[in-house]
Amino acid sequence: MQETQPAPCPSACVGFAQTLAQYGLRLVREQTHTLQINTGLLCNQSCRHCHLEAGPSRKEVMDRKTMDQVADYAARGGFQTADVTGGAPEMVPGIDHLLTRLAAAVPRVMLRSNLTAITDSDREHLGLLCRDLKIVLVCSLPATHASQTDAQRGSGVMDCSVSALQWLNTLGYGQPGTGLELNLVSNPAGAFMPPDQGRTEERFRRDLQRKWGIVFNSLYTFANVPLGRFRTWLEASGNYEQYVARLTEAFNPEAVTGLMCRNLVSVDWSGELHDCDFHLAKGILLGGMRQHVTKMHSPPIPGASIATAEHCYACTAGSGFT
Amino acid sequence: MTSYYDPQDLARFSEIGKDAPELAAKFFEYYGAVMAEGELTAREKSLIALAVAHAVQCPYCIDAYAKECLEQGSNTAEMTEAVHVAAAIRGGASLVHGLQMRNVVDKLSL
Ligand code: SF4
Repeated sequence: MQETQPAPCPSACVGFAQTLAQYGLRLVREQTHTLQINTGLLCNQSCRHCHLEAGPSRKEVMDRKTMDQVADYAARGGFQTADVTGGAPEMVPGIDHLLTRLAAAVPRVMLRSNLTAITDSDREHLGLLCRDLKIVLVCSLPATHASQTDAQRGSGVMDCSVSALQWLNTLGYGQPGTGLELNLVSNPAGAFMPPDQGRTEERFRRDLQRKWGIVFNSLYTFANVPLGRFRTWLEASGNYEQYVARLTEAFNPEAVTGLMCRNLVSVDWSGELHDCDFHLAKGILLGGMRQHVTKMHSPPIPGASIATAEHCYACTAGSGFT
Repeated sequence: MTSYYDPQDLARFSEIGKDAPELAAKFFEYYGAVMAEGELTAREKSLIALAVAHAVQCPYCIDAYAKECLEQGSNTAEMTEAVHVAAAIRGGASLVHGLQMRNVVDKLSL
């Protein structure tokens, strides 16, 4: 198997690799239990922080044959979790088929939603399918205030997201005792670090309940990754240098053990593997070479090295990106 | 430098201790203790600091605490309200001194 080959390190990674070395750390895999599936770059939004530059004009989407190959790999690899992302996976033709197959193949399926694509009138059946398959929803909501949410994700997104969350609540999502998990993800609306996760979760819980009667299970706060559209904005706004410096100075060696790339492998819409979605965005391949799901017999093995790059600093800043 | 205020000077704040290190150390220790999490949360304190920065019109503090408020999870609506609190207290403080003016006028008038 090719998974054990050391990953070549692109030149930009020297800083991060050196930082790890200073702390006597190496970035290697543990048990890989999560298969992250990027279904493509098609999206109904064009968020200003999107590291993948997804949007309405992108054509890259996973076809049905690849969906079947990915679902076969999920079963063959004994993965615990399938994490379906995009773009907006809801817009990918045949997404119902992929979700149904994954739900039969792994114990836990997560669907990342931007909250506006799932409630488009011709896609509401997807919410019902998710409920029936007990799929965990992980939904983007940067703030409980329209100005920051709309600034990051587009005009009118806050109102639409609120309606979507209320609807998901009526389906049972986020409600105690239903087993239907509704989790939120908040990225800062700009070139600054995310607030403390626990406190932010408390505030979101209070604000969403008070303003709109919305309930949810958990909230995750993550730093924005300086790639794609967010990097373009950082450079154009003169924030790039200070933002990268901020991420670098916030390096937390304790966050390294919890990095998602130690337990997750990411497959793109064409079926090629990467260490994570950020490496996928940057075109950094797993083990430095094209490895298609059809050729993989198991998850990458523990001890396999993980390619590093400058954007890895976004994952180790503060409490980390798990 | 084209202005009396240089944003780069914010990062040099600690240099204020150059000729009086003991006093600077006392100040920074006090400052750290005041801003640490206490009965008020760090988020609440940074909003107060932002409001006070506007009241004392310190561009360094506005720069530092606008960023700090964002990183503490405050939104621009909360931050703008904090600035209005500063404005209301400043305005109210001026107006309430009008009573002193009235006292003087009353004393001097027939
Ligand atoms: S970007 Fe983050 S998740 Fe990806 S390899 Fe680097 S540290 Fe790991």
